[in-house]
Amino acid sequence: MNIKLKIWRQQSAAAKGKFVEYQLNDVPAEASFLEMLDILNEQLVLKGEDPVTFDHDCREGICGACGLYINGHPHGRFKNTTTCQLHMRKFKDGDTITVEPWRSEVFPIIKDLMVDRSALDKLIQAGGYISVHTGGVPDANAIPINKHDADLAMDAAACIGCGACVAACKNGSAMLFVGAKVSQFALLPQGQVEWADRVQKMVARMDELGFGSCSNTYACQAECPKGISVTNIARMNRQFLAAKIVEPLEK
Amino acid sequence: MELNSKIPAGPLSEKWTKYKAEQKLVNPANKRKLDIIVIGTGLAGASAAASFGEMGFNVKVFCIQDSPRRAHSIAAQGGINAAKNYPNDGDSIQRLFNDTIKGGDYRAREANVYRLAEVSNNIIDQCVAQGVPFARDYSGLLANRSFGGAQVSRTFYAKGQTGQQLLLGAYGALSKEIEKGTVKMYARREMMDLVVVDGRARGVIVRNLVTGELERYSAHAVVVASGGYGRVFFLSTNAMSSNGSAAWQCYKKGACMANPCFTQIHPTCIPVHGDYQSKLTLMSESLRNDGRIWVPKDAEKARLLREGKIKATDIPEEERDYYLERRYPSFGNLVPRDVASRAAKERCDAGYGVNNTGRAVYLDFKEAIQRLGRQAVEEKYGNLFEMYERIVDENPYVTPMMIYPAVHYTMGGLWVDYELQTTVKGLFAAGEANFSDHGANRLGASALMQGLSDGYFVLPYTMQNYLADQINVPHISTDLPQFEEAENAVRQKITRILSINGDTTVDMIHRRLGHIMWEKVGMSRTEQSLKEAIEEIKELRAEFWQKVKVPNVEGMNTELEKALRVADFLEMGELIARDALMRNESCGGHFRAEYQTPDGEAKRDDEHYAFVAAYEFQGVDNEPILHKEDLKFENVELKQRNYK
Repeated sequence: MNIKLKIWRQQSAAAKGKFVEYQLNDVPAEASFLEMLDILNEQLVLKGEDPVTFDHDCREGICGACGLYINGHPHGRFKNTTTCQLHMRKFKDGDTITVEPWRSEVFPIIKDLMVDRSALDKLIQAGGYISVHTGGVPDANAIPINKHDADLAMDAAACIGCGACVAACKNGSAMLFVGAKVSQFALLPQGQVEWADRVQKMVARMDELGFGSCSNTYACQAECPKGISVTNIARMNRQFLAAKIVEPLEK
Repeated sequence: MELNSKIPAGPLSEKWTKYKAEQKLVNPANKRKLDIIVIGTGLAGASAAASFGEMGFNVKVFCIQDSPRRAHSIAAQGGINAAKNYPNDGDSIQRLFNDTIKGGDYRAREANVYRLAEVSNNIIDQCVAQGVPFARDYSGLLANRSFGGAQVSRTFYAKGQTGQQLLLGAYGALSKEIEKGTVKMYARREMMDLVVVDGRARGVIVRNLVTGELERYSAHAVVVASGGYGRVFFLSTNAMSSNGSAAWQCYKKGACMANPCFTQIHPTCIPVHGDYQSKLTLMSESLRNDGRIWVPKDAEKARLLREGKIKATDIPEEERDYYLERRYPSFGNLVPRDVASRAAKERCDAGYGVNNTGRAVYLDFKEAIQRLGRQAVEEKYGNLFEMYERIVDENPYVTPMMIYPAVHYTMGGLWVDYELQTTVKGLFAAGEANFSDHGANRLGASALMQGLSDGYFVLPYTMQNYLADQINVPHISTDLPQFEEAENAVRQKITRILSINGDTTVDMIHRRLGHIMWEKVGMSRTEQSLKEAIEEIKELRAEFWQKVKVPNVEGMNTELEKALRVADFLEMGELIARDALMRNESCGGHFRAEYQTPDGEAKRDDEHYAFVAAYEFQGVDNEPILHKEDLKFENVELKQRNYK
C-alpha cells in the first residue's frame, strides 16, 4: 500500500518543531507500524537525511517504550493495542497518517517523537513498592491471598508505564498510572503495612512534578493499551481520603 | 592465564552454606566508602543494585532504555522455576538440580547449578513479599504449571507476564534505594568500554545517548548484567536494543568469553513473514502444557496447505502427525527446547512444513478447548492468543497457531568463577551475560530464576568477599590515564564510523550477518558451514568498515547506536562460529550434523568435550586463545539425555 505520513520533527527540546510530510510506497500490510517507520528511516538514511527518532524496544507490547500519537490517539485508535502491536493492515491504501509525540508538559520532547518520561519513575520512587529488603521474608505460602483479590492486583499491575494515560488526559493527570500501583498493593496483604504513607506520598509527588488533576473524563481508560480500569483511581481516592483521616503525613 | 573456578570443597549440598560461613564481610562503616557500578537493570542488574544499596554500598546503575523498568527481562512470559514442591508431586532441590544439569546436556558446572536450585525457593518468598501478584488457586495458595524438561509442576507464574511482574518487583526495590539515595540511576546511557587499572576493573566509559557525550564513572567493582547476544542473528525474540556490546568490551579488556556457540533456538515463535521484519515474537513455552504440535502425515497435504488450497482444520485427526508425542512418549510436547526445535526443523526439511514458506508447524488447542472449555483456556493463555491474532490475523481458538523456532537466549557468556567474578579482578557478570548455569541448553522458566538468584542471593555475598580487601582503597579518580585512554579509544571508534559515509545502512549489514548466522551457525551446523561462515563474516566486517552510512548528527543518533552494536556483532559472530567449529560433538543447543545418533539425537563426546571453552582475546583479526575448564561430575551420572 502507499501512504502519506505527516510526522512531527524536532531536533531537540529547545528547537522549534514542525510537521514534515513523507510519501511512502509499497508498504507491506503485514508490517507493524514501527516496521513501517523502519522502512522510512532506511530510505532517509540512504538519502543522507536524519532518520525519525522514536522510542521502541521489545516490540511485543510489554516494555512500554513505544508510544506515538497516531491520528489523534495515543497508540492509535485500536483498543488494547500498543504502537508496536499495530499493523499496517489496519490502514488503507492512500491513507494520510499523522504521527506526533506524547503531548504533555511533564514529558518534554527529546527529539522528534521521543519524549522524557522520567517523571513516571519519580512517581514510583515516592512509594510505589513494598519496602522489604532482600532476605529474611516469610515462606511464600505463609499468607494465603483470596484468588479474586490476587487477580485484581494482577490486573492493576499489568500497567506497562508507557504514559498513554497522561498523554490522553486533557489535564495531563497521572491518576490512572498511580492508581494502578496503589491498587496493586492495596489489594494484597503485603501492601497493608505502608498503605497510608504510600498513597499520600505518591499523590504529593504527582503534584510536585506538575501532573494535572483528574476530572473524570476516563480518556485514560479508553486509551490504555493494557485495559487498566478507572476503578483503580476510585480505590486510590478512597485510600487517600482514609489516610488523611487515619494517618495524615506530617507536613 | 589459569582458570580457577574457586568451587568450595565439601559435599555438593554444603558448598554454598560453607562459602557463606567462611566468606569475608565488610562492616557497615566501610560499606559507605565503597562504590559499585552495575550495568543493566534487568532481573539480575536491578536485583543486585537494589540489594547492594540496601547493604549500604554506593551504587551507580546504568541502562540504555529511558527507564530501568524496560529491560528485556520484562518480556519473559511463562514463569519462574523453584523447588518448592507445593503441588506435592515429588520435587526437591536435588531434582531441580538434576533436571537443570540434564537439560543443559551435562555442560554446566555442578556447584553453580546446585546453588541455583538451592536459592530458587528464596526467590519466590522474596517476590511474594514484594507484592508480585503470582497466580493463585481458590485456596489462596500459589499455583504452578509445567515447563519443558520436567515431569513436575514447579513453575510459578503471573498470567503470561511473569517477567514483567518479577522485573517490576525488582524495579520497585531499586526505586526504593534510589529514593533513599544509596543508588544513583543513569538512564539512556550505554557502556562503551571497561576501564581496568592495575589489573582490576575500576570504571566504565558510557555514552550519554541524549547528548552524545562520553562520560566517565569509577568504582571499586563493576557488575555487568547486560543480557545476551542473541541479536547477532538479527532476527530473534530479543528486544531491539538488546546487544552484547558491554560484555564484548569486557572480553576485549581481558575477561574470557565462555561457550559462545551455546545459543538457544526457542521452538514456539511466530514464523518469519518478510524481509522488512525487525524481530520475532515468542509464544510462551507454557502453551506446550495444553497445545499439541503437529504436521500432516501426508507430504501432499502439506503442499496443499502451503499453497493455501486447504486449511489446517480440513485435516482429520487420523492424518495428523503429533511428532513430539510419537518420538518422545514420556515427555511428549514438553521435551526441552533444543529437542523440540530440532524436531520441527526435521519435519520441515523433510517437506511436511506448513505456512506459505514451508517453515512452520501447528500448535493446536482443539483438544484442550474440548477438555477444559474455551473459558479456561482463555484464562490461562488469553493474552498470548490475543498477541498471536494481532500479528498473524488468525484466531487461534478456531485455527491452530503456526509456530517455528527462533533465536531466543544465549547460554554462553562471560566466563565466571563460583563467585560470578570474571577473569578480570573486580569485574563480575550476572544473569544472561554470564555462562554459568545452563550448560548447552537452558530449560524454560530458568532464566528468571538465574537472574534473580545472581542478583538477590549470590552477588550480595560474593561481592563482599571481594570488597573486604578494598576497604582502604579511596574513591577512584576518573582523571587517571586509563580513563583518558579508554575514552579516547571510544571517541576514535565513533569518529571512524561517522566518517565512512558509504552507501549501505547498518540494518542492511546486520540482516546479512543474521542470514549467515542462521543458515550456517544456526540450528544445525557442519564443519563446512562453519568454515564458510567464518570467512563470510570476516568479509562482511571489512565491508561494514568501508561502506556503512551513519548520519553525522549531534546529540541523539540512533543509527550510530545501532552501528556501534553491529560492529561488535560482526566480531561476536566469528567467535561463535569458531567455538562451534572447535566443539566436535553435539550437545544441547549446539547441534553438529556430523555428530548425531542413528535416530537423529545429539551425540555428546564426554571423553573429549566435557569442558567449558573460555576464549581469551588476542586482537580482532587474530585467533583467540582457548582455555579449558574441565567439568567434573561427581553427583550425576553422565548419560545420553532420554526424553522418550
